[in-house]
Amino acid sequence: MENLFAITGKGYVIVAADTTSARSIVKMKVDEDKIKVLSPHLLMAYSGEPGDTIQFSEYVERNIRLFQIRNTYPLGPSAAASWIRRSLAESLRSRKPYAVNLLLGGYDTNKHEPHLFWVDYLGTMTEVPFAAHGYGSYFVLSLLDRYHNPEASLEEGLATLKRCIAEVTKRVVVSPGQYKVKVVDKDGAREIEI
Amino acid sequence: MNTFADRFSTTGALAELRKAQKAADEEEFSDAMWGSEAGFGSLAKGVPTFSVPNIPDPTAFLRLHTDDHADPTCKIKISHGTTTLAFRFQGGVIVAVDSRATAGSYVASGTVKKVIEINPYLLGTMAGGAADCQYWETYLGMHCRLHELRNRERISVSAASKYLSNLVYSYKGMGLSMGTMICGWDKTGPAVFYVDSDGTRLKGDLFSVGSGSTFAYGVLDQGYRWDLTDEEAQELGRRSIYAAGHRDAFSGNTCNLYHVKEDGWKFIGNYDISKMHYDGPGNVLGATGGGYGYELRVEGLSSANPPVAAQA
Repeated sequence: MENLFAITGKGYVIVAADTTSARSIVKMKVDEDKIKVLSPHLLMAYSGEPGDTIQFSEYVERNIRLFQIRNTYPLGPSAAASWIRRSLAESLRSRKPYAVNLLLGGYDTNKHEPHLFWVDYLGTMTEVPFAAHGYGSYFVLSLLDRYHNPEASLEEGLATLKRCIAEVTKRVVVSPGQYKVKVVDKDGAREIEI
Repeated sequence: MNTFADRFSTTGALAELRKAQKAADEEEFSDAMWGSEAGFGSLAKGVPTFSVPNIPDPTAFLRLHTDDHADPTCKIKISHGTTTLAFRFQGGVIVAVDSRATAGSYVASGTVKKVIEINPYLLGTMAGGAADCQYWETYLGMHCRLHELRNRERISVSAASKYLSNLVYSYKGMGLSMGTMICGWDKTGPAVFYVDSDGTRLKGDLFSVGSGSTFAYGVLDQGYRWDLTDEEAQELGRRSIYAAGHRDAFSGNTCNLYHVKEDGWKFIGNYDISKMHYDGPGNVLGATGGGYGYELRVEGLSSANPPVAAQA
């Protein structure tokens, strides 16, 4: 089962996604990257129906890039999130909707604020201080209610993320083994080894 | 085919129930019913019996009328949503539960006692069918007392839980629904056993049962250590039930907290979950002051990170 987590902290957003790609009971791939870097300060983690996830995320990736080429500046996190949500909502009302859940983490370089959006396949979007998708959410949401700190340093934020991963690994029956972690802050998006 | 076979078989649970009913219906019954028939005699009149729907397959009948998952309009709704937890630590056992009873999407009660006081040294928790837990754990208490009278010593938690586990296993497939933790203190010290109506019985340090259990585990696992002080342990129990009451729609209202020590269990208190969210549990041992709510905890904090020059 797929898990996505994201946590905001002082001037950054950490986005984590498991790296397994499973079909039925078989792990087809164990090093899949489910976090796309949409623009210098925007990350998108995705999970859901195989096929839909790749198609939709690439569609989003290229349209966000197209905006940047046409206008010479990239969309901000809130604007990008709104556009992505709208795409999902329109897809939902089509013959064959995309069944994709998303976490969007971005850094607003003008206001110097991190932003995190939780989006599900029905087109529900909400801005939150921390977020999760998948069975892992049943364990980590209560954990983050207790331990999340909006002013945590990156090290502290990563320590909290490790708590989440440890909890899910401990309690979920079919828990993924490895996670890919990316962070976005004033210096842009980058991957972090944990 | 199975139902057909059951109907005409002379052995098995259904046949025994049929026999008992037949015996109960008849005014006259032979002395053979009193104990000489391999113990099944006790199903006859004069001793308590269960009334069973007068149909070929009572199990299927019960399932038909209680399975609200398959049929939301079913006549009998069994309460399912719950959060219960129990853990063992250096200072004994902490048992904490919520108090909400739901039937479908309806909150049927907010003041349910989900900890069953079996005897002064044993506690049982209630998840799944409320009636099943209440009845069978009280019944377990009866047998624990008989054990004391027969053996001149208190029953171990292990033995008591095994008694219950064997009992519910004998009814397997007949519609019992319980997920319970039998907690107490015996010669071996503090003990917690998880017993459910599948017949599973597990010894362990830390369990949580019910729809809100995942949320409770999230807080419980991260705060748990063997060498917790009494105050810390009680606070952890409260916080974990609060977390479940906050996140799970089928759990909530209040939290009941018990602490089992060498001299038996003690009721610590009843805490309103909304109050815990906004004001905290009040002036109690282990409370760090203030509400547990996330919004309260992070009030005034900001993730914005403006450069120092921009602030001026």
